[in-house]
Amino acid sequence: MIRLDKVSRSFTVGDQQVTALRDIDLNIAAGDYVSIMGPSGSGKSTLLNLIGLLDRPSSGIYKLDGGNVTDLDDAQQAKVRSEKIGFVFQSFHLVPRLTAAMNIELPLILAGIPVTERKVRVEALLENYGLTDRADHRPDQLSGGQRQRVAIARATSMHPAVLLADEPTGNLDQATGREVISLLEQLTEQHVTLILVTHDPALGGRAKRQLHMVDGQIVSQTAS
Amino acid sequence: MKLIDVVQFAAASLGGSRARTLLMILAMSIGVASVLILTALGEGARLYVVNQFSSLGTNLVLVFPGRTETAGFGPGMLLGQIPRELSLDDAEALLKSRAVKRIAPLTLGSSQISRDALNREVIVLGSTSDLLEVRHMSLALGQFLPAGQTGESVCVLGAKIRRELFGNESAVGAWVRLGDRRFRVIGVMAGQGESMGFNTDEIVIVPVAAAHMLFNTTGLFRILIEAKSRDAIEQAKKDAETILFARHNNERDVTVVTQDAVLATFDRILRALTLAVGGIAAISLSVAGILIMNVMLIAVSQRVQEIGLLKALGAPAAQIRKLFFTEAILLSSVGSAVGLIIGEAGVLVIAKIYPSLPVATPWWAVLAAIGISLVTGVSFSVWPARRAARLDPVTALASR
Repeated sequence: MIRLDKVSRSFTVGDQQVTALRDIDLNIAAGDYVSIMGPSGSGKSTLLNLIGLLDRPSSGIYKLDGGNVTDLDDAQQAKVRSEKIGFVFQSFHLVPRLTAAMNIELPLILAGIPVTERKVRVEALLENYGLTDRADHRPDQLSGGQRQRVAIARATSMHPAVLLADEPTGNLDQATGREVISLLEQLTEQHVTLILVTHDPALGGRAKRQLHMVDGQIVSQTAS
Repeated sequence: MKLIDVVQFAAASLGGSRARTLLMILAMSIGVASVLILTALGEGARLYVVNQFSSLGTNLVLVFPGRTETAGFGPGMLLGQIPRELSLDDAEALLKSRAVKRIAPLTLGSSQISRDALNREVIVLGSTSDLLEVRHMSLALGQFLPAGQTGESVCVLGAKIRRELFGNESAVGAWVRLGDRRFRVIGVMAGQGESMGFNTDEIVIVPVAAAHMLFNTTGLFRILIEAKSRDAIEQAKKDAETILFARHNNERDVTVVTQDAVLATFDRILRALTLAVGGIAAISLSVAGILIMNVMLIAVSQRVQEIGLLKALGAPAAQIRKLFFTEAILLSSVGSAVGLIIGEAGVLVIAKIYPSLPVATPWWAVLAAIGISLVTGVSFSVWPARRAARLDPVTALASR
């Protein structure tokens, strides 16, 4: 599903060259549940952004679903993101002026899906995530857990093959965090590839496959 | 992304910051309204002058004694003299031209008019019976001057003169005294009011020969020629010049102008004025455009996270640009619609206050105002839209 071949990413900060990722080789199969752990600055978010096509590698090759996506132009990248990748962020990133239902609808609107089908899909998602009675609430009227549920519903609205979650429980209390994680884990049972970035070993330990990163390199892998 | 969704999304984000949106619409609409009102005023002034001219008569050619030198300095100017005056025979001779339909000689002077104990100063116009037709005047009572060049002592009173001298009594048939002569009133002019600074309500019209006797002159102040048709105007002018050239010992000492030429000059001047005033108003429109740019830039920096999110959700750069463009187009079209309403309302108010001014927004001003507001709105949002589209999604999402 995801195949990284000697992928590096370096930034220029001031007059210094900072290497965030160093020759990463990584294979992730479809339906895998992978957690990426490591201290801050170890490059785990950069790796996630690269996989999500929000960023480009400085060198190396990235293949997604068998196709080389390293050198796609902006429009092609956007199309891949729209069709194959879903994001869940630590700070939810809901559009504040839109209702929960409209936030969930957003990827469908951007993809140009007809309005009748959109309504059906949004209804189903609201139902699935227990948000039906919150459909017309704006994000500032929702609790943290509800916000993240809206964000997950939005991320899955286009039925992506890969779900990328960057510290999805970072802004939530323990109980709500566990609830959110179990929602994400349910998705892996539907054959969605889930990649979870966290610095919480307890959370990361739940994944079938765990990657540990230090200084831009994967130092160890454990499988359970 | 479907067009309707683009518009809805843009409208929703405009609705998200209501005060800002309203202010921008206000700025745009004031610009559009000022273009409309100012050009309407300019056009009104132009139409007013045009109407005034055509109320003087149609297909008119005017003959003045003396020649206006546009270049150089003639000795006559120093002495303020006219080489040769226009005579009644000159006027009669003009009828020989086949392009001329009728003529009306005019002589002018001022005199005391009195009836019993009432008297006042009055402008006396000496002319012939054709004046009524040539000059598009109308009679309220009685009849106009008798045909031919008579020296009969009859007169036609202006409406206001009649009112002042006779009040509610009947004027026709009564006698009035003009200078040292007695004239019988044979008619009263209909009230016309002012036209081109010449109030026909306050004049007395007498036969041209009688006026010559009254003022002891032989010259004419002016000859009005009515050409047979619009196409004959130029021919009538040429004929008048040739005839008078021959009669005045081959000297060009008269000035012949067509009413059209005078009108065209006024028309040009006033149209230029309208354009200038409209142009100034258009500047305020482009200021509104800069305001839109400013606010769009603020909107981009306030919505950096949202732009990053849209990119992460699969919106390509082109789509982000389109969204911001649509916002600008919505703003400027709503602004120009509101401006149209304000502008037309303003024109209506002006028309109520000055009923004599034919104010109406010219169609080209409406098109220009809407066009300029759309073009400024869109062109001033190019930069903000590009800036939004170029944002790097990773940094955009990470920003606060």
